[in-house]
Amino acid sequence: MKEITSTMAGTVLNVLVNAGDSITEGQEVLMLESMKMEIPVESNVAGTVTEVKVSIGDFVNEGDVLLVLE
Amino acid sequence: MKKILIANRGEIASRIIRTCKELGIETVAVYSDADEQMPYVKEATTAYRIGEPPVNKSYLKVDTILEIAKNEKVDAIHPGYGFLSENAKFALDAKEAGIVFIGPNPETIELMGDKIASRTTMSKAGVPVVPGSEAGVSTLEDAINLANSIGYPVMLKASGGGGGIGMIRCENEQALAKSYESTKARAKAYFGTDEVFVEKCIENARHVEIQIFGDGFGNIVHLFERDCSIQRRHQKVVEETPSPFLSDETRNKMYETAIKAAEAVHYVNAGTIEFIVDEKENFYFLEMNTRLQVEHPITEEITGLDLVKWQILVARGEKLPLLQSEISRSGHAIEFRLYAEDPKTFLPSPGRIETFEWKKGKGIRVDNGFASGTVVSPFYDPMIAKCILFGESRQEALQVAREFFEELNVTGIKTNAPLFKDLLEEEEFVKGNYTTAYLSNRAAVKK
Repeated sequence: MKEITSTMAGTVLNVLVNAGDSITEGQEVLMLESMKMEIPVESNVAGTVTEVKVSIGDFVNEGDVLLVLE
Repeated sequence: MKKILIANRGEIASRIIRTCKELGIETVAVYSDADEQMPYVKEATTAYRIGEPPVNKSYLKVDTILEIAKNEKVDAIHPGYGFLSENAKFALDAKEAGIVFIGPNPETIELMGDKIASRTTMSKAGVPVVPGSEAGVSTLEDAINLANSIGYPVMLKASGGGGGIGMIRCENEQALAKSYESTKARAKAYFGTDEVFVEKCIENARHVEIQIFGDGFGNIVHLFERDCSIQRRHQKVVEETPSPFLSDETRNKMYETAIKAAEAVHYVNAGTIEFIVDEKENFYFLEMNTRLQVEHPITEEITGLDLVKWQILVARGEKLPLLQSEISRSGHAIEFRLYAEDPKTFLPSPGRIETFEWKKGKGIRVDNGFASGTVVSPFYDPMIAKCILFGESRQEALQVAREFFEELNVTGIKTNAPLFKDLLEEEEFVKGNYTTAYLSNRAAVKK
């Protein structure tokens, strides 16, 4: 199991993947908004999404788990 | 006017409180949970908590803010910039509650907030606009046909957008096709309408704006220009006045045009006409900001005027304090927006500011919203202070700026101060030879 965590505090603007999707390393999986700026979150690994832990509008802190992959 | 509510936060709230104190006016501040420790909350006569940190649960809560204004029996509301400052409904609701909204009429805010309607209005008034749509484009095919007729590159823009949000540059038909749906979706999410339009992209452009001021008696004056070409992601980073680039002939033509634009909408209070200027000094209307600008202090430094004071005087029904012939300027002022962000990647850097110290002295003005020990939260704009440096000449102002950034000490968070130190040594910037692409071209070279 691998996890993708947030690199900074912010609000989830958009989730670009669903459970079951297979994703590649470097793919944009989520869009965060922090300090009025859109910040894409890229996956640092390849795998299949088993769980999306956040939804649009959620506030996340640095280090929070966003997605679980296998 | 005895009491004013400030529907804003940070440095602009502190700035408005300063003038109110000078005028003997009491102030009511509002704050979210994230801002309880901010200087402006302590500086105001009274302060009210209005909700949780996200803006839609605090600073955009029209009803809550109006309720406080009514209970406190304030005479007026100052909206600052951003948040509710260009919200026509808020201005109207305040007016209907018998509270003066410090700004133009709700109708003017609404008209200028619609990018297509404002283009049409200006075009009719004889103000040059960037070649592009007369109305919103309704299909991708229309957008492509229009782009073909005006020539690539084009800008695809959200009709309800502004301040650089909701627009994208398209190099060719493929790029336009690729961005069309996503720009519409984003426009819908941000501005509530998915209407978009197409404009010609002006290459090697500069962004120059004219400060104007109107009163309820039909008087309109200009307070010169501000050159805001140093930007990143269409957001201003450095502004200066006078523009180091314009010829006096163009400068004067732009003042006249800005006044014509303001007259066309019978403008009242402080406003700014933004123009895009090409290499040959052709200029085109971009948008009108119906509020006080972030960068208003540089205008204050060269004119010796207090724009917030003027806003209050006009809002309470007085005439403009000076005629155009009585307004003059001297010297050169530059504003650097100090952002809590990584100077290389431009990514945000929220956190607790441990120390925030700077050199005080001649030619130095700092409008700061934060102090040592306060926290920069991820919920709002990353700007922590505006560093405004003044000199008799541009060279002198740049030297004051160099010494200022040498002494500036911010710890606990990253800021873009190193970017300013570098800029102040760069030949092209020092010569005043830059366009809106300066920062992005520079980043590309350094990679």
